[in-house]
Amino acid sequence: MNSTLRGKWLALLCLLPFAVFFIIFQIAPLAWVAIHSLQAESGWGLDNFTKVFSSRFYRQAIQFSLEISFWSSVFGILIAVLGAYSLRRVDSKLRDFVNAFANMTSNFSGVPLAFAFIILLGFNGALTMLLKQAGIIEDFNLYSKTGLIILYTYFQIPLGVLLLYPAFDALREDWRESAALLGADAWQYWRHIGLPVLTPALLGTFVILLANALGAYATVYALTTGNFNVLPIRIAALVAGDISLDPNLASALAIILVGLMTLVTVVHQWLLKRSYHVAR
Amino acid sequence: MSRAEPGSANLYHRVVVYVLFLILLLPLAGTLLYSLATSWSASLLPSGLTFKWYVALWSDPRFLAAFGQSLLVCVGALLLSVLLILPLLFVVHYHFPRLDALMNILILLPFAVPPVVSSVGLLQLYGSGPMAMVGTPWILIGCYFTVALPFMYRAITNNLQAINLRDLMDAAQLLGANTWQAAFLVVLPNLRKGLMVALLLSFSFLFGEFVFANLLVGTRYETLQVYLNNMRNSSGHFNSALVISYFLFVLVLTWAANRLNKDKT
Repeated sequence: MNSTLRGKWLALLCLLPFAVFFIIFQIAPLAWVAIHSLQAESGWGLDNFTKVFSSRFYRQAIQFSLEISFWSSVFGILIAVLGAYSLRRVDSKLRDFVNAFANMTSNFSGVPLAFAFIILLGFNGALTMLLKQAGIIEDFNLYSKTGLIILYTYFQIPLGVLLLYPAFDALREDWRESAALLGADAWQYWRHIGLPVLTPALLGTFVILLANALGAYATVYALTTGNFNVLPIRIAALVAGDISLDPNLASALAIILVGLMTLVTVVHQWLLKRSYHVAR
Repeated sequence: MSRAEPGSANLYHRVVVYVLFLILLLPLAGTLLYSLATSWSASLLPSGLTFKWYVALWSDPRFLAAFGQSLLVCVGALLLSVLLILPLLFVVHYHFPRLDALMNILILLPFAVPPVVSSVGLLQLYGSGPMAMVGTPWILIGCYFTVALPFMYRAITNNLQAINLRDLMDAAQLLGANTWQAAFLVVLPNLRKGLMVALLLSFSFLFGEFVFANLLVGTRYETLQVYLNNMRNSSGHFNSALVISYFLFVLVLTWAANRLNKDKT
């Protein structure tokens, strides 16, 4: 008895180094942000938050962040659903190859991705020139909201494919055949069987894509050298910029960003509870 | 819809997969071509091909230094992760299985809190004072441990469940091994392959980390991604060679991880 008790204590001791490092690099910074978001020059309170929400500049940052995240997630998940579904229905050689390729491109984000897009779609990019010469577009600005949505969509696609590909396991082939036998056409099958079964996976993937885009900093920073107004850029500028440092205000913005992500997750959990579940 | 007919449905799916592949390939292919071009402007194809940008890149001492520093930081962070996470997993799964639920919540934190948020606190806490680490590689090693944590924890947990930790430990102890011997000589060798796969994949995404590296350390200990960003004003061809070199390196790593993964099954 005594030795097993000692064993348990020793085991707990093994957890200590992990706990120390986790607290130093994860918990403490987050706690600092949470506490200091409530601290302004005048003392404790919500001053930082009222400052953020009464400023048109910061409201615009929040709005741009939400718009870019939402649309890039919508386009990303649409392309990923079509792709993942078709991937399951082609021969295994092509499937394995494209799957592996999607896996690799999921690492192609941030600064290198921004550079690749500048080369391709920048003012003098090869694709921009090509499309201009073909008369398809008049002008294209990669450094705008539309440009950023395209860039974000690109890095959402591989992630979406990776997350959704296993989800199609839930869809059994005999259901489709049964539905067809009972006289359902393709539209009815998807409307009443396919989509309801996939809904939890689609919602989950959409939330991850949204969170992924909301927190993204490297890509937009590298593309616009920090000149495009989104939340992560504003936060970084307030702690590491050249002018007007204000860590407390940065903390408030950071809490708003984390709050948005939490809100999305809570809504997701709520929708998940209401959606249809397949018995596994 | 075209799916009603097997032949055309098949064609439809092949077309969709090829389009997906093309979308994913396009930026890479463009960059590759640009990195090999002598000059390329206002025309569909470059005017000539050359390797001079790669030669220039791989003979730039600042690039080689950044590359080496990136390697050091990532390897250091992964070593630290293994040292911290392996005992944790072992203890959680062998002694306190109930802690797994708590851990599954804790490992969501690095995922739910974007690096730019953590950086705000990190800069203020460790910018000065007794634990001043900002501007040194040490803070990156610590931060990268948290970045790798969710992935490493899930991957190794799956492995532990596959090898039946408890039975393995009981069998080893029945044969006369003590807990340490059983853990190091029996359990660890069984985890080796899964651990290697997790490490290779973690390495490939840590190698591409930019936010912490740029905000916390910047040029004081330049990593590859920060170098890439700082070279923005140099020639586009040079930058393309840099992007392609980086991507090829990561490609080899993920390919190795895939191979290892396939051998296992």
